[in-house]
Amino acid sequence: MTTARVTPQAPQAPPAPRAPRRVALLPTAALLLGALYCLVPVVWVVMAATKAGDELFSTFTLAPGTGLLTNIADLNAYRDGVYWRWMANSALYAGVGAALSCAVSALGGYALAVYRFAGREAIFGVLLTGVLMPPVILAVPQYLLLAEVDLTDHYLSVLLPVLLSPYGIYLARIYAAAAVPSDVVEAARMDGAGEWRIFRAVALPMMLPGLVTIFLFQFVAIWNNFLLPFIMLSDDEKFPMTLGLYTLLNQGSNSPALYTLVITGSLLAIVPLVALFLLIQRFWSLDLLSGAVKS
Amino acid sequence: MTPRMTRRMTRHTKDVAEDVPRPTRRGPRRGAPYAFLAPAIVLFLLFFALPIGYAIQLSLRTVEVQGLGLGSGARREVWAGLANYTDALADPELLDGALRVAVYGLIVVPVMLGLALVFALLLDAERVRGRRAGRLLIFLPYAIPGVIAALLWGFLYLPSVSPLHRTLDALGLPEPDLLGGNALYLALANIAVWGGTGFNMIVIHTSLRAIPAELYEAARLDGCSQLQIALRVKIPLVTPSLVLTFFFSIIATLQVFSEPTTLRPLTNSVPTTWSPLMKVYQDAFGTGDIHSAAATAVIIALVTLALSFGFLRAAGARARQGEAR
Repeated sequence: MTTARVTPQAPQAPPAPRAPRRVALLPTAALLLGALYCLVPVVWVVMAATKAGDELFSTFTLAPGTGLLTNIADLNAYRDGVYWRWMANSALYAGVGAALSCAVSALGGYALAVYRFAGREAIFGVLLTGVLMPPVILAVPQYLLLAEVDLTDHYLSVLLPVLLSPYGIYLARIYAAAAVPSDVVEAARMDGAGEWRIFRAVALPMMLPGLVTIFLFQFVAIWNNFLLPFIMLSDDEKFPMTLGLYTLLNQGSNSPALYTLVITGSLLAIVPLVALFLLIQRFWSLDLLSGAVKS
Repeated sequence: MTPRMTRRMTRHTKDVAEDVPRPTRRGPRRGAPYAFLAPAIVLFLLFFALPIGYAIQLSLRTVEVQGLGLGSGARREVWAGLANYTDALADPELLDGALRVAVYGLIVVPVMLGLALVFALLLDAERVRGRRAGRLLIFLPYAIPGVIAALLWGFLYLPSVSPLHRTLDALGLPEPDLLGGNALYLALANIAVWGGTGFNMIVIHTSLRAIPAELYEAARLDGCSQLQIALRVKIPLVTPSLVLTFFFSIIATLQVFSEPTTLRPLTNSVPTTWSPLMKVYQDAFGTGDIHSAAATAVIIALVTLALSFGFLRAAGARARQGEAR
């Protein structure tokens, strides 16, 4: 907790506690510093991606270079555009995986929140222990088992293991409990609606904001995943972005010319997600990510 | 997760279920909740329970080579008992890896959560400017994959491209080797802190915002300064979310894999067995000894479970003590 001790000096600046409109300088500076720290690698990669191969090692790193378009063209030409293939694969894994995982979480979370049934807490508890399992522990036997049914190095080998998200089920349960009033469910039942119809037509629309959160959470988790594809895949036509850039960097230690491709590729890889976050944060609350529900 | 934690997590959810009146003539079908849960349960059995069972089975067996080990039938799987486990525990590489991760975790967890708490308190202080932008920018690294984060920082540590080294060189100062020796811990910890602070900040900030404003008003009337409010009112009230972020940070630390793996091509000082999980991968796919890899994996899983339950018990005991007082 060494860093926590930084604060004590900070709010001492305000001498008059009853003047809430004045700007507290030190705390504002601290926040600014934190924001700058988070920007450092991003600014660096933007600058580095503009440098032509020789400029990377010869010019000051934070000065812009002249080679951005050449770099993108080089990346585009590298092994017939395999980079874009990785990008498409990542979008496929993350998009399909998050959608299906969200559906599984919604069904499970709804059942756990709305029904009372034997074994409810036991099932929930067992599903949650999945959070504690280190992914390597699961991934190695998963690989061996999938090899038995000839599914390794297949798109499914990266998709299937991520469909169950314990955290997604936990969040779905909280959202369903907060968003789906029991009397509404009961009223629908009185009107003669079947259980599935109640879920589809009544509960699902109410849970939608929460489900968007689960989708995004899983999307980011799968987009960022490295270990599972690292273990499962060997054909680089099926690689997601993370694994593709890693192998490129790995080859780069022998031929530094590839470093430029790695750097340009990294920049282009973070653009979509950063853009997505800037876009959605206007009409979606980050608070939902930690399971907060408006009361 | 322990039943206790589960119970805590589900406290909000209970009300709904208990409000549901007894099944009337049109009451829910008995099987409905199980049908809704079926996909989750099937996936759990196939991709969690089955692999764990398989790993345990593998860890108890070994390959026996007969003769020169050539031809079919020369290699067969035999029962090994706990031999793989005793071998794994006696392996100095595993212990070294565990110590490295412990040192790494001792840096990452306090620094990351300390920063997350400070930033969350700053976001909650009304006289701080630029809170919206600050929150977004500090959260930004969450959107960047760990591999790419490690790759970007890796280049920033690399003497031939780093602006830091260039500046130090221009000033005539000695250039530190960030990718070797003890500095490597700081280099790796920095990547994790950079990537994880924002998410934890959001979790803590969310629970700060749930504190009713009247409490601050009361404290202010009693003459508390902003700092005193932060220390005496806010921090104690967000303890549950601190416990939760601490718990998840510990688990994430134990699972560190992609960052050291990504730094390997840039330096010679990250061995293939830097962390215990990397050793499992190396044993399974590098040396091809899946049986000892499985034993190591089971040991790591048991240690993780023991640490988690121990932590949750301790946190639960402290909470009970607090309630009793």
